[in-house]
Amino acid sequence: MIEVCDLKKYFSSGLLKKQCVKSVDGVSFHIARGDTLGLVGESGCGKTTLGRLLLRLIEPTSGQIFFDGTDISRLNQRELRRIRPRMQMIFQDPDSSLNPRMKIGESIAEPFRLGLRGKSNRREIRDRVLELIETVGLNPEHVNRYPHQLSGGQNQRVVLARILAINPDFIVADEPTASLDVSVQAQILNLIQDLKDEYDLTLLFISHDMEIVRHMSDRIAVMEEGKIVDIGDSEIVTEAHRNLITDSMLARV
Amino acid sequence: MNLLNIHKLNTYFPTPDGLVKAVDHVDLQIADSEKVGLIGETGCGKTVLGMSIVRLLDSSAQINGRIIYRGRDILELAEEDMRSLRGREIAMILQNPTTSLNPVMRVGDQIAEGIRLHGGLDKRAAKKRAVEILKSVMIHDAERRADQYPHEFSGGMKERAMIAIGLSCDPSIIIADEPTKGLDAKTKTQIVQLLKGVTEHKSMLMITHDLNVAASICDRVAVMYAGEILEVGKVWDVLKNPMHPYTRGFINSLPSRGLKPIRGSSPSLIDLPSGCRFCPRCDFAMEACKFKHPEITPADDGQSVRCFLYT
Repeated sequence: MIEVCDLKKYFSSGLLKKQCVKSVDGVSFHIARGDTLGLVGESGCGKTTLGRLLLRLIEPTSGQIFFDGTDISRLNQRELRRIRPRMQMIFQDPDSSLNPRMKIGESIAEPFRLGLRGKSNRREIRDRVLELIETVGLNPEHVNRYPHQLSGGQNQRVVLARILAINPDFIVADEPTASLDVSVQAQILNLIQDLKDEYDLTLLFISHDMEIVRHMSDRIAVMEEGKIVDIGDSEIVTEAHRNLITDSMLARV
Repeated sequence: MNLLNIHKLNTYFPTPDGLVKAVDHVDLQIADSEKVGLIGETGCGKTVLGMSIVRLLDSSAQINGRIIYRGRDILELAEEDMRSLRGREIAMILQNPTTSLNPVMRVGDQIAEGIRLHGGLDKRAAKKRAVEILKSVMIHDAERRADQYPHEFSGGMKERAMIAIGLSCDPSIIIADEPTKGLDAKTKTQIVQLLKGVTEHKSMLMITHDLNVAASICDRVAVMYAGEILEVGKVWDVLKNPMHPYTRGFINSLPSRGLKPIRGSSPSLIDLPSGCRFCPRCDFAMEACKFKHPEITPADDGQSVRCFLYT
């Protein structure tokens, strides 16, 4: 589904004294259809940059990204627009990923109104929005609320409903529960698992928490200073990188 | 001897939709040099409890009850007396250093502010002391760093700067509000170890939803839910033998315990269930739980719990 070859992203800064940060430095990997690849690493290792590169939200310095056989690093804006609905992103902070002036229902209806799912009239849209609201575990009364009236966990559910409305094949989830509580985190992660199975999604799951990544992924890639230093089967990689388990030095509950 | 004794504390906020009971009938004691963890989810009232102790809440807050510190009721102090207590006796490490630090003031000056106010030191001496404190929270090159602004600090360093401000006047009690929030594994561990070191001879109320952090640093924990305390006990007693169904659910939702969530969500603090507040989400709820509100009662070995399963 996803094939990445020698992908690089350098950020340069400074006018006289050029400085170059090798945020992603020659990364290659693939994700099979229907699989979840977990991407772990400390803050600043380049994992978010890599996630954004995959959807071409930022331009790579060099390298190739194949999405279902198409090299998206070479597409022009128009071609990119056509393929974008098939790949989506869940961001860290659900509250800022939704339009604060749009009701929840409108947000979820937007992909339908834009015709991304073929032509549909108002009633059809309404029914499908309500269906999605239920799928992600919200109540019909939430349709008329605004994001600020919902909790972080509920907003992340809205984000998921909106993504499902677009019906993508591939999702990059960038620390989707970083701002949520433990018990809400468990709810959202379980929901993502269920939706992945139900909608046959391929996932790149980014987190700094090895424990969570192990729970979510078939395979895990470990990133350090822009490079992937290990990649393979979840259990094997977790065993080899026990030091990356959150709080490894702290008491374990 | 208890250094801080919180007795039947209520903190309510009147809003157009009704009275928000953020802290409701809370009893909590902190002994000399004791570290108490206050754990619970967002919106359960932990931060409001912390802010009530240092009296940093909005004037609309209705605070009732008693908070006895060294024999004096904090709630009855005049604002002037409170100001001389706050920071010097009881200090708060606020959450979210990115928004809590003043973006247009040098970090060293922010630390020196309290020192000048409470210690009566002149500008230069206070600055020198600020640099020493920055060193004590393991900030390298502290002289240079003291002259920088918060945006030049990384997340972990900002948290260290917040801790430095808290420590600056050598208080007896530190209230630390989510000091490890948003930090990655390595930085989190460093901050916990730092806090452990600098509070060795101090009392601390550690507000957190991270059970591993609480377990690493606290002697006792109090579990808070919907404005009230549901369970109190020695930290490992509570974590190994959680009595309240909520505490059990909370622990089981950890990734290391299999990510089993508690069903439903926390109640609104305006419209609380009339019986047990956890009843609508509880797998062990009985008939009595629906209409009778349980009191917190001592169980064995110093653990107390607010649940009809144990009465």
